[in-house]
Amino acid sequence: MSGTLFLVQVLNGLQLGVLLFLIAAGLTLVFGVMDFINLAHGVQYMLGAYLAVAFYGLFGNFLVALVLALLAALAFGLLLEFLVFRLLYERDHLDQVIATFGIILFLNHAVRVIWGAAPLTLPVPDAFTGSVVIGNGLLYPVWRLVIIASGLAVAAGLYLLVSFTRIGMLVRAGATNARMVSALGVDIKRLFMIVFGFGTMLAGFAGIMIAPIISVDPGMGTNILILAFVVIVIGGIGSIRGAFLAALLIGLVDTLGRSFSVDILRLVMGPSPARMVGPAIASMLIYVLMAVVLYVRPTGLFPVRGR
Amino acid sequence: MTGAALVAANGARTLRARRDTVLPALIFLAFALLPVFAALTAEEYLLDSATRIMVFAVAAVALDLLVGYCGLISFGHAAFIGLGAYAVGILSAEGIGDALVALPVAIVVSMLFAWITGIVCLRTKGVYFIMITLAFGQMVYFVATSLAPYGGDNGLTVAARSTIAGFALLKSDRAFYYFTLLCLAATYLLCRALIASRFGRVLRGARENATRMATIGFTIRRFQLVAYVIAGGLGGLSGFLLGNSTEFVSPEYMSWQRSGELIVMVILGGVGTLDGAIVGSAAYLFAEEWLSSTFESWQVIFGPLIVLVVLFARGGLIGLTTQLWRRFGHA
Amino acid sequence: MPEPVLRLEGLRKSFGSLVVTDDVTLDVMPGEMHAIIGPNGAGKTTLINQISGLIPPDDGRILFAGADVTALPPEARALRGLSRSFQITSILPGFSVLENVALAVQARDGSSLRFIGRAADETALNLPAMVALEQTGIADRAQVRAGELSHGEKRALELAIALAMQPTLLLLDEPMAGIGREETERQVELLLRLKGEVTMVLVEHDMAAVFALADRISVLIRGHVLITDLPEVVRADPQVVTAYLGEQME
Repeated sequence: MSGTLFLVQVLNGLQLGVLLFLIAAGLTLVFGVMDFINLAHGVQYMLGAYLAVAFYGLFGNFLVALVLALLAALAFGLLLEFLVFRLLYERDHLDQVIATFGIILFLNHAVRVIWGAAPLTLPVPDAFTGSVVIGNGLLYPVWRLVIIASGLAVAAGLYLLVSFTRIGMLVRAGATNARMVSALGVDIKRLFMIVFGFGTMLAGFAGIMIAPIISVDPGMGTNILILAFVVIVIGGIGSIRGAFLAALLIGLVDTLGRSFSVDILRLVMGPSPARMVGPAIASMLIYVLMAVVLYVRPTGLFPVRGR
Repeated sequence: MTGAALVAANGARTLRARRDTVLPALIFLAFALLPVFAALTAEEYLLDSATRIMVFAVAAVALDLLVGYCGLISFGHAAFIGLGAYAVGILSAEGIGDALVALPVAIVVSMLFAWITGIVCLRTKGVYFIMITLAFGQMVYFVATSLAPYGGDNGLTVAARSTIAGFALLKSDRAFYYFTLLCLAATYLLCRALIASRFGRVLRGARENATRMATIGFTIRRFQLVAYVIAGGLGGLSGFLLGNSTEFVSPEYMSWQRSGELIVMVILGGVGTLDGAIVGSAAYLFAEEWLSSTFESWQVIFGPLIVLVVLFARGGLIGLTTQLWRRFGHA
Repeated sequence: MPEPVLRLEGLRKSFGSLVVTDDVTLDVMPGEMHAIIGPNGAGKTTLINQISGLIPPDDGRILFAGADVTALPPEARALRGLSRSFQITSILPGFSVLENVALAVQARDGSSLRFIGRAADETALNLPAMVALEQTGIADRAQVRAGELSHGEKRALELAIALAMQPTLLLLDEPMAGIGREETERQVELLLRLKGEVTMVLVEHDMAAVFALADRISVLIRGHVLITDLPEVVRADPQVVTAYLGEQME
C-alpha cells in the first residue's frame, strides 16, 4: 500500500463526498424546511445526467449543455413539485414515502422508454481532459479534480447564501420552525418552492458533473439516493453543515474501505479469507457507521432543533 | 351499573367481531378453493400466482403489525425475507435440505437480526427510523451480493424443495400451496391474537399517545422491540417459503425496492387492518402480473397508480369496501 | 415529623438564557393537598414536567417517597406511584373510555408481555377501571370512543386514568382549565373526597378552587418559590398580593 495510492483513494473519496454533498444538501433542506421525504430526489440527479447527454448531442458544447440541462432539470423539478409534491406536504411521512416511491418507478421507466436501457456516455470537456501527475508518477484525471473543486465552491457558496442573505435566514428559520415562519407573514409556499428548486438544481448539477466519468443509466439515481439518505441522517436532518461533514466522511470511509479492506484484513487473517470477507465488510462499512452514530446521537451529528 | 356497562361492551364487540371474522373467513376460503378452480379451468399458472401472493402476504401481514399497529415504518422488511430465503439456499448448498432444520434457522436468524438492529433502530423516531431500517436492509443486500460461494450477485439455485423429516412432502406444487396457506393462516391468527392481547394494547396505545403511555408506566421501547423481533421472524418465514417456492434465492429479494413494494402492499390493502395486508398483496402482485404481460413498460402506469392510491384512496381497498358497505349495506 | 412524599431540592432549569425554574425547594407531606399557584409564565407546568420526569432538570434533586428519582424516566416514576394529569388533555382518543383507564390498571397488574387472550375482556383490569370511572362520574360513558367525549368529560377521564394508577402522589396540572362552573364544582367535590387518601400537588389558576382545597400553597413567581404556607397566610402576604393575587381576587 503506497502513499501515492492512498492519496489517489483519498482524492476519490473526496470526489464521492462532494458529489454526495450536492445531492444531500437539497434533500436535507427540503426535509428540514418542508418536512417532506422525497425518495424521488435521486431522479433529479439522474435527469441532470441524461439531459446533459441530450443537450450535448444537440449542441456539441459542454458548457451549453450544462446550463441548459440545469435549467431543464429545474423546470422539471418545479413541475413535479407543483403537480404532485404540493399535495403531499400535509400528509404523513408514510404517504410521502409511498407516493415518491411510485414516482421513482414511473420516472425510472420513463427514462428507459425515452433514452433506452443501454448506458450513455458524455465526453469530458476539452479543457479538462487528460491527467495530472500525483506523488510517485501516478496519473489522476483532471476532471475529477474539477468535480472536487466545483463541489467545494458550491458548498462555500451555499454557506455564504444561507448564513448571510435574507433568504438564507428564512431557510434556516424554516428548518427550525416552519409554522412560526409562516405565522410571521412569510409566503411559505414561495419559500418552499425556492428551497425545492434549489435542491433540484444541486442534484442535477451533481448528475451533470459526474456524467463524463460514469455510465449514465436508468439505475444511477437509486444507488446514490440511499447513500444520500445515510448522509443526511448522520449529518442531522435540516443541517447543511452536517450534510457537508457527513458527506465527506462517508465518501472517504466508503472509498478507502473498499480499496483497502482486503489489505487491512490481511494484517489479521490469511490472504484467502481476507479476500472473501473484505468486500462484504467494505460494503457494510457506512451502514455500520450510521448505526453507531445514530446509537449515540439518535438525531444525527448536528440536529436542527425545534422539530 | 358496572355489570350493565360490561354487558353492553360485550354486545358492541360481538357486532364488530362478526365483521372482523367474515372478511378473513372469505379470504381464506377463496385461497383454499383456488386450486380446485385452477384445476377445473386448467389455468395452472393461477396456482403459482396465488402461492406467490400468499408468500408475500405473510411478510405483509407482519409488516402491517409494525406499520399499522405500532406506527413503525420499517423500510427494511425485505431483509428478513432475504435472510429466510438465504437460510434455505445456503443450507441446501451445504447439503442440508430438510425443513426441520431450515425453517427454524430461517426464523431464528431473522429474529436475531431483528433484535440486534431493532435495538439500534428503536432509539430513533420518525424519518430517522425509516432511514435506518432502510440502511440495515441495504447492509444485508450488499452482504448477499458479496457472498461469492453462494452465487453473489447472480443468486443461488436451491437443489430441491425442503423435505419434511426426510419426506419430499412439499415437492408437488399443490402440496406446497396448502403448506403456504397453512403458514399464512397461522401468521394471520397469531397477529390477530397479538393485537387483541395485553401486549398489542400497549403498542396500540403507544401509537396513539406515547407520552401518556410513558406516564402510565409503560417502557414503550421494550414492547416495540418485541414486536419488531416477531415481525422479523415472520419475515424469515416468508423468506423460507419464497426460497422454496421459486427454488432460487437472490439478493434481489432484499433490495430496498422490495421493501418499498411491501409497504405499498400494506397501504394498498388498508394499513392497520391485517386483512388489508393480504388483500393488498393480492392486488399488487396481480396488477403487476397483469400489467407487465399487457404493457411493455408497465411501471409507467403502475407508478402513478400507486401515487393516486396514496393521495385519494385513504384506507386502501379495505377502506373502500367499508365505505361502500356502509353506504349500500344498510338497506 | 413524617417523611415528605415529595421533596424538591434546588431545582433549576433553563431554556437557553431563559431561566424557567430558579432554585425551587419545597416539600409535599403525606395526605396533603399542596397547591402551586402563580401567574402565567411562572414555570408551573415546566416544574410539573420535571417532577413527572418528562423534562430533566439542569440542577437539583427530586426525592419521591424517600428515593432519589432525578435520573429516572417517567415510566419508572409512574410505577413507583407518581401519577399525573395533563393540562392539555392527553388521552388515547381511539380507545374507549374504559380501555383508557384499563391500560393504566394494566401497567400495574403483572406482565404486559402476554400475547394471547383478549385484554379488553379481562375483568381484573376492567373492574378497577370502572371504579375509577365511577369516582370521576363518567362510568356511563365507558364504551364511548374517548375522542368523542366533551371537553369536561375528557378532563374527568384524565383524572380517572391518574386515579386508576393507585398513586402515592397525584400531580394535577390545571384540572379546572377550560371547564364550566358546574364541572368545576364537581371536580372540587371529587378532590375534597380524595383529600387525605391521596397526596396531591395541584397546579391551578382557579383561586376559588385553590382556597377551597389546599392545605398549603406555594407561590411560584418567575420560576422561584416566593412563599410556602397555609392559605390564610399566603392570601394575606403583601408580596403575593402585589405580584399575583391582586389581579386574581375581585
